[in-house]
Amino acid sequence: MAHAPATLESSSAAGAVFTEGLWKQNPVFVQVLGMCPTLAVTNSVRNAVAMGAATLFVLVCSNVLISLVRKLVPKQVRIATYILIIATFVTIVQLTMKAYLPSLDRSLGIFVPLIVVNCIILARAEAYASKNKVIRSAIDGLVMGLGFTLALCLLSVIRELLGSNKILGLNAVPGFKPMTVFILAPGGFFTIAFVMAAVTTIRNRKGTRKA
Amino acid sequence: MIDVAGLIGIVISAILIQNFVLARFLGLCPFFGVSKRLSSAVGMGMAVVFVMTIASIFTWGMNTFVLIPNDVGYLQTIVFILVIAGLVQLVEMALQKFSPALYEALGIYLPLITTNCAVLGVALINTGINQFTNKGFTFLEALVNGVASGIGFTLALVLMAGIREKLELAHLPKALQGLPVAFVSAGLMALAFLGFSGLNFFR
Repeated sequence: MAHAPATLESSSAAGAVFTEGLWKQNPVFVQVLGMCPTLAVTNSVRNAVAMGAATLFVLVCSNVLISLVRKLVPKQVRIATYILIIATFVTIVQLTMKAYLPSLDRSLGIFVPLIVVNCIILARAEAYASKNKVIRSAIDGLVMGLGFTLALCLLSVIRELLGSNKILGLNAVPGFKPMTVFILAPGGFFTIAFVMAAVTTIRNRKGTRKA
Repeated sequence: MIDVAGLIGIVISAILIQNFVLARFLGLCPFFGVSKRLSSAVGMGMAVVFVMTIASIFTWGMNTFVLIPNDVGYLQTIVFILVIAGLVQLVEMALQKFSPALYEALGIYLPLITTNCAVLGVALINTGINQFTNKGFTFLEALVNGVASGIGFTLALVLMAGIREKLELAHLPKALQGLPVAFVSAGLMALAFLGFSGLNFFR
């Protein structure tokens, strides 16, 4: 589990929190959490950004509320309470999306309600928000949400480019014949396999240099 | 009148064409987490089939008899996750009391299932609009879909565990060891399962 630095007084500490969430403890590539939405919605950049934003919102809101009630909730029922809080915010997202962005709601399908069971959110609630003050929990939610969004964007750019030769629906490289398999299920598995291998390699190289 | 052909269509679709793991991307956490050993994969698979079946029955009932008549369909997500969490807890306690042997076999996997998106996924698919009838499933269809989806999940999990047990002996580049190679194997399996999408005989 990620442990953000204890103090946020200096700006370098705040910077450390960001590198922690975006790179060192990236929820997708390093902690390997939230795999289902990661693979399911990254077939286009538009879906990935929308899912990232929705998860970010739920993550920040649930972290704040869980941090606020952390001393009121008995230990035995905490998980159930967290799930209920998360489900409430997910329902807000779901209804808002249905009302204002119906086409997006259709293309994300059941993965909008399934944000409830995204392990990143429950993991942050249990590992961070239940033990820390409100502002820190909010920042933690924001950073982890950004790390998730970043990972989704990276995967979706690769998949949309290779799979349909488009970025955000616009034509990309002229004359390149797209490989449809990349926007289908197998492509999702292949893309994350090689991105994860690359991330691990870079991390290991940095580690040996420091040592 | 029971539409047997329709039910068979649902079974084939849930297991092969729209396999929960390999086509729908549901339940990936246990798929990669519990697929290192064949024996634990079988245990997890059985637990998922069990919980999915019960969850299908209860969430369908909840939706049809409580949520829709009271016009509170927007509470679906919250109600379903609570029903599933409660059910898993109940199943765990009941197994512990009445079937210690089965509890021994499934026990450690049961708590993990609450946050398995495949279970909430099957509940949402059962009550949502589906490709077969353009409306929600009937009770029997929901039940069949729940069982078949669980079997589909188990099939993918067991196949994956078999592959990963063999992969442990393979010489791999350092970067690919562990999860990346598991993702590649899953991709190849998904590619194979893509072949089943030609089976469109009931549409």
